[in-house]
Amino acid sequence: MTSSGSSVNQTAGLPRRPAPGQLNNESTEGQDQNNAMRVLIIEDDRETAQFLQKSLKENGHTADLATDGEAGLSLAVDGTYDVLIVDRMLPRLDGLSVIKSLRAQGNRTPVLILSALGEVDDRVKGLRAGGDDYLTKPYAYSELLARVEALGRRTAPEEQQTRYTVGDLILDRLSHRVTRSGEHILLQPREYRLLEYLMQHAGQVVTRTMLLEHVWDYHFDPQTNVIDVHVSRLRAKIDKNFDKPLLHTVRGAGYTIRDGPG
Amino acid sequence: MTALVERVAKAASTTAFGLSAAAVAFFLFAAAIVVGFLFWQTNNLLTHQVLGVLTAEARILSSEMKVGGQAKLAETVGAMSRLQGAGLYYLADDSGAKIAGNLNRIPPELTDDPHGGVFSYQPAGDSTGASHLAVAIPVDLGPDNRLIVGRDIEDQRAFADSIRLAFLLGFGVLSVLGLLGGLAVSRLILNRMDAITATSRSIMEGDLAQRIPTSGRGGELDALAQNLNQMLDRIEGLMNGLREVSDNIAHDLKTPLNRLRNAAEAALRDPRGAEAYREGLERTIEKSDELIKTFNALLLIARLEAGPLEESVETFDLGSFVEDVAELYTPATEEAGFALSIEAEKDVFVRANRQLIGQAVANLIDNAIKYSRGGEPGSTITVRAYRDAGRPAISVGDHGPGISAGDRERALKRFVRLEASRTQPGTGLGLSLVAAVARLHHGEVRLTDNHPGLKVIVLLSAKCLIAPADTGPSDVRAGIAAQ
Repeated sequence: MTSSGSSVNQTAGLPRRPAPGQLNNESTEGQDQNNAMRVLIIEDDRETAQFLQKSLKENGHTADLATDGEAGLSLAVDGTYDVLIVDRMLPRLDGLSVIKSLRAQGNRTPVLILSALGEVDDRVKGLRAGGDDYLTKPYAYSELLARVEALGRRTAPEEQQTRYTVGDLILDRLSHRVTRSGEHILLQPREYRLLEYLMQHAGQVVTRTMLLEHVWDYHFDPQTNVIDVHVSRLRAKIDKNFDKPLLHTVRGAGYTIRDGPG
Repeated sequence: MTALVERVAKAASTTAFGLSAAAVAFFLFAAAIVVGFLFWQTNNLLTHQVLGVLTAEARILSSEMKVGGQAKLAETVGAMSRLQGAGLYYLADDSGAKIAGNLNRIPPELTDDPHGGVFSYQPAGDSTGASHLAVAIPVDLGPDNRLIVGRDIEDQRAFADSIRLAFLLGFGVLSVLGLLGGLAVSRLILNRMDAITATSRSIMEGDLAQRIPTSGRGGELDALAQNLNQMLDRIEGLMNGLREVSDNIAHDLKTPLNRLRNAAEAALRDPRGAEAYREGLERTIEKSDELIKTFNALLLIARLEAGPLEESVETFDLGSFVEDVAELYTPATEEAGFALSIEAEKDVFVRANRQLIGQAVANLIDNAIKYSRGGEPGSTITVRAYRDAGRPAISVGDHGPGISAGDRERALKRFVRLEASRTQPGTGLGLSLVAAVARLHHGEVRLTDNHPGLKVIVLLSAKCLIAPADTGPSDVRAGIAAQ
């Protein structure tokens, strides 16, 4: 689905290969050029669709447009896309039906559902229909981009990745051991999950909402910024006594962990 | 007069009248079958009796013939004919000439019939001249004599006629009374229906406060009226909710929208140019995010009040879930200078909407942190999950300024921000969302004194609680442990 360089498939016994974080050493700031993706946007509102297409292009991806469900479905079946962005309410064939018929044909392309319906039930219905992620309108573009990139980079099943490496930071998923420069770092269970998710998406921007959804499994608004404090506690443990910071704050978007310029 | 005709015509066109007319018709049909059968049976029985008598007489007369020959027979027939009675006789020789009997001739109805039958004749003694009905059978006396014995059955016919008349009259009276009764019943129902129609018409015209009058005697029409009234209560409640929401949108969204617009205009006019534009745009995004938050909370409350969300109900351990959510807030609470104490009872398994319960707990802790600032520094916020008399309960207590007893009811309403809290950031929807979540789980929210401060208790319905045996081990964090 993605270029071979983005693979994070590393097993403990294999010799070390470049991890995503290290690959980003060569990339220009703020962009993941090694991960150019083909995205299909199925959205009936032309203004929104064109805004998305233009913005995704600026971030180094290519995007095709379909303005109704039927056209979208035939494009999605024929073309090879890394991610589909599907609006829930579409003319001719609604978004959930598009996803259902794709899944029925064995097409596993990751799908991000966009919807004006943000209720708890609608989210559950969307994911049940075969969607991989759900984003409620109105959304921040940075949130959408982070989610699209996270979906596009979902490669091998998580179980196969037993070890994440970013720079000299190593997280071993078998022994639940975290070391930096060979030094053992003691983490709380939640801090471990947080670091695991960040490293799983090394080099990518991860938003606060994504952390809340994946690390805590909470799909509600926490009212205040509770995530920042958790991240800064984690940062204190993994970055404080080392020269080079790995965990970076991306202004207006979220966080990223990478071995490179922040 | 025309008004009366109109009313009767209206009543006659009702379903109730149609039904009672059908019932009357069916009853008459059934009665006709029963009466007809009875009549036929009685007639049969009487005919049978007459035939029995005739057969016996025929036997006697033929034995007379055997004993005394034609002369003796003629004498006996002559004697019997002279008796005042219902017996009819006619005896003739082989040439057809009459020998004895009170009939003048063989009735034309019976000339060709070897088995006898019914005929009519003119009795000699009847001065009215009306013909009577009779039954006769031929008696076999050999080829030399022809004898017919009969009986007058005029009485039987009169009996049958009177029965027929009685039944026809009876049926007539029954149908008229039945139809009148039907009209009366439909008129009664029509009056009640007219009341319901009139009420619903004025409701359609917009007067939602109208209710259908009930007679108070019970019965199905009252039950119907009560159900309709309850439905109207619910509709009125929903309409009021909707009106409230739109009023609130007008009040509390237009103001920040206007501020947003003002900020954008001010940025455009700012002589600093590009830098000011950037700041202005950033502020615009920030403000619109706040607006979206308020809008989402409003929509969620409205959605929760409209009915249950079935898709996302899950079974989970309330204690460890509340502990989990509270832990999310622990660093933020400590950062704000307060302590967070969590007391979660184990094995309180509930079937509920996990995300919404999480939202409620989050709102309560967020509020507690905000309002603790108005109290003693370094105070403790206590989050509890427990069982209260068989009901799952969550409580969050702070040691802030609290809410006076008089204001507690009002604090649960939408957008109400008590004077003391005006300076705090927020949508003013936090607590009303908590109340909506509690109502969705058939529970309620109680505000109590925390000596000092406020303690909010969310009580879910006992139905949400399930026995620990119903669930498997559900430690979500099993297998995740750092060293």
